[in-house]
Amino acid sequence: MVEDLVIARTLFGTTMAFHIIFATLGVGIPLMILFAELLYQKTKDRDYAVMANRWTKGLAILLGVAIPSGTIAGVQLSLLWPGFMEVVGKVMALPFQIEIYAFFVEALFMSIYVYAADRISPFMRIVSVTFVLIGAAASAILITNVHAFEGTPSGFQMVNGEVTDVDPWKAFFNPSFFVTAGHVVVSAFMTGAFVIVSIAAFQMLRQKKNERVYAYHKKALMLGLAIGGIFSLLTALNGHESAQMLHEYQPEKLAAAEGLFETQDYAPLAIGGYTDEETQSVKWAIEIPWLLSFLAGDSFDTVVRGLNDFPREWWPPLFVHTLFNAMVLIGTFLIFLSMAGFIWNKVMKRKEFHRFFMWAFILAGPLSMLSIEFGWIFACTGRQPWVIYRMMKTSESVTQSGNLAVLFFLFLLVYIVLSAAVVLVLRYYFKRHPVLHDLDGQANDGSNNFAH
Amino acid sequence: MTNELIAISLLWGFIFIYAVMATMDFGAGFWSMVYMNREKTKATNIANRYLSPTWEVTNVFIVAIVVALVSFFPGATFLLGTVLLIPGSLILLLLAIRSAFLVFSHIAKEYEKMLTYISGISGIIIPALLISVLPITHGGYIEMLDSTARLRLDQLFTSPHEYSFIGFAISSTLFLSSLLLADYSNEANELEAYRIYRRDALILGPISLLMAFFIMLTMQREATWLYNRMMDYLPWLISSVFMFFVAGIALYLPSRKQKGVKGRPRIAVVAVVIQYFLASYAYGKAHLPYMIYPDVTIQSGFTHPNTFKALFTTYIVGFVILFPGFIYFWRLFMKDRRYLQKQE
Repeated sequence: MVEDLVIARTLFGTTMAFHIIFATLGVGIPLMILFAELLYQKTKDRDYAVMANRWTKGLAILLGVAIPSGTIAGVQLSLLWPGFMEVVGKVMALPFQIEIYAFFVEALFMSIYVYAADRISPFMRIVSVTFVLIGAAASAILITNVHAFEGTPSGFQMVNGEVTDVDPWKAFFNPSFFVTAGHVVVSAFMTGAFVIVSIAAFQMLRQKKNERVYAYHKKALMLGLAIGGIFSLLTALNGHESAQMLHEYQPEKLAAAEGLFETQDYAPLAIGGYTDEETQSVKWAIEIPWLLSFLAGDSFDTVVRGLNDFPREWWPPLFVHTLFNAMVLIGTFLIFLSMAGFIWNKVMKRKEFHRFFMWAFILAGPLSMLSIEFGWIFACTGRQPWVIYRMMKTSESVTQSGNLAVLFFLFLLVYIVLSAAVVLVLRYYFKRHPVLHDLDGQANDGSNNFAH
Repeated sequence: MTNELIAISLLWGFIFIYAVMATMDFGAGFWSMVYMNREKTKATNIANRYLSPTWEVTNVFIVAIVVALVSFFPGATFLLGTVLLIPGSLILLLLAIRSAFLVFSHIAKEYEKMLTYISGISGIIIPALLISVLPITHGGYIEMLDSTARLRLDQLFTSPHEYSFIGFAISSTLFLSSLLLADYSNEANELEAYRIYRRDALILGPISLLMAFFIMLTMQREATWLYNRMMDYLPWLISSVFMFFVAGIALYLPSRKQKGVKGRPRIAVVAVVIQYFLASYAYGKAHLPYMIYPDVTIQSGFTHPNTFKALFTTYIVGFVILFPGFIYFWRLFMKDRRYLQKQE
């Protein structure tokens, strides 16, 4: 039933949209913690130890939602898309299985880092947080590999609905694995850093009077800006490769992303606007001649295929053009913001950031997260109507049980409750434990334990 | 051993490990709620000390089970995924609430009580729902309508068989966790807490054994095929009951550590784990070759042989990599006196 398909997609999409926030931070924040730990060991500046400690507490709270929501996402795959998971089980089981090991690494060392920090050496602390980072990044890479496989399936054949000629490692190393997984990881590192930038900038505006606290937040801001800047650049470079990947393997997805109807060489790039099917154009867009051809294939005479080359029922929804543009726009803004911040502070040697800068910094974190959401919605709706490109339609894989609407509302309710709770708990905890308290704290014993 | 048998043994092994770890996990959450207002005894403190570092690791096992099921038996996944939509979703919702509020309760001290109640109560419902998967696989609750499988929830929840399993799940959760916490508090030299948990274990042990007998009784009537096959493994079941009595006796032996204290909880824990292992072996062996009676067997649901080969390789590599991590973890949280005896 069409209706069941829509509800199932809405339910799973909501789960992913919710989980991705916590999962992204679960990958991005450990990198910040690792850098803070390393800077502390290098500079012996206690502020960095305080940062590592406080970010760890924030991370532990976020993981309280990231882990169960990830469990939901994993199990919901089998509950909502049994047809899809049957194929995945036969062909693409490896990333799921290896991901389990990554989860174990992350869970074991996260507990060690949080609850045994006061009993292990600084070296083992750094080793532990490195393993947390490796575990988190590896699980992101592996689960994204399944997504990559959906777009560029390989390592099997479908003959009359039967799976044959299975080569699990060929499926694992499907053509878009490295590019897609790389995009998810570097963009998560970028987002983690910019979320820290946002918090630091916000606190700097509020705590102008208190020099000690101000200096602390400024260090956090600069660290976040440096890491965010590097990874936003890497995200863009990798994003370019992702687009070339689409050009080669999923041309109709690229065509929908760019709002291109007619196949052509010297294809123009349409920036902004919305795709209008009736006039077969992108309305209100700025068009840059030849650029799309160049971006897609490194030469202006590259032929870029348009939507009209494909049957109408294979077209992705046309609004993906807007999502794609929003994602790219935010990414570009973040690159310029970190470069401008760097030049202002290091080249022009200005001590204070202008107010305008500060507000831009505050926006950086939420915008970054928004671009992650746009990117995922683009990536998944842009693949429709397929769940496995040209192999299996989403409608063929959906569950045949009913009652989905009730479940959707139940899950939505729980996500709302958890979102509210996580915000309240974060506020509660950090209000009770102001930075000043930690900065004045006695000798740092490295204890991250909540129980004390 | 055939590939199918290796795969189902690994899967059942995961289920067994998770069952033990999860009963301790959910039970500890429940006990920390029950003894929250008796601060002097440190019973809550002990439960939390066990729970804080372990729940994440325990949670990975449930994902590991689902992944092992999907990857080894995609054919069974299709049917199970379809019929378990409702109970599975309920488990997920409760699990999300439980885990999140467990973490939050340690952080927002002012709301600790309310948060602990929510996580404690949702935690004790989860094992009851989880175990319902077993009677569903016994057959009789799945109906086929134009080649679409549907779970007859009405039949499931009016069946005594389902309730004997639920009773067994809840009593076992409380029994195993109180026994483990008795051992844990003994290890931490918390005598008061030890006394409480030993007493709880002594009460709950016989109840859970009774529930196990009750399951056999309802099984005889509602899943006769399984009952008859289990009787072929009667020696295993009798040994299992024997281990239960070994555990009981161990709890009355004089303590090695202190005079005037009764019980050797470590022996009891080991005996009870063996007890559950023997029984679950008999159950699992009798269940074969059916995964879901009578529609799916381990052969019909099995994955592609190439995928199995690749998976098996990663199992070995993964085990080699993870094993030292587990040892380190064990030493830091189960053995290190500095952690066990930490004062709040």
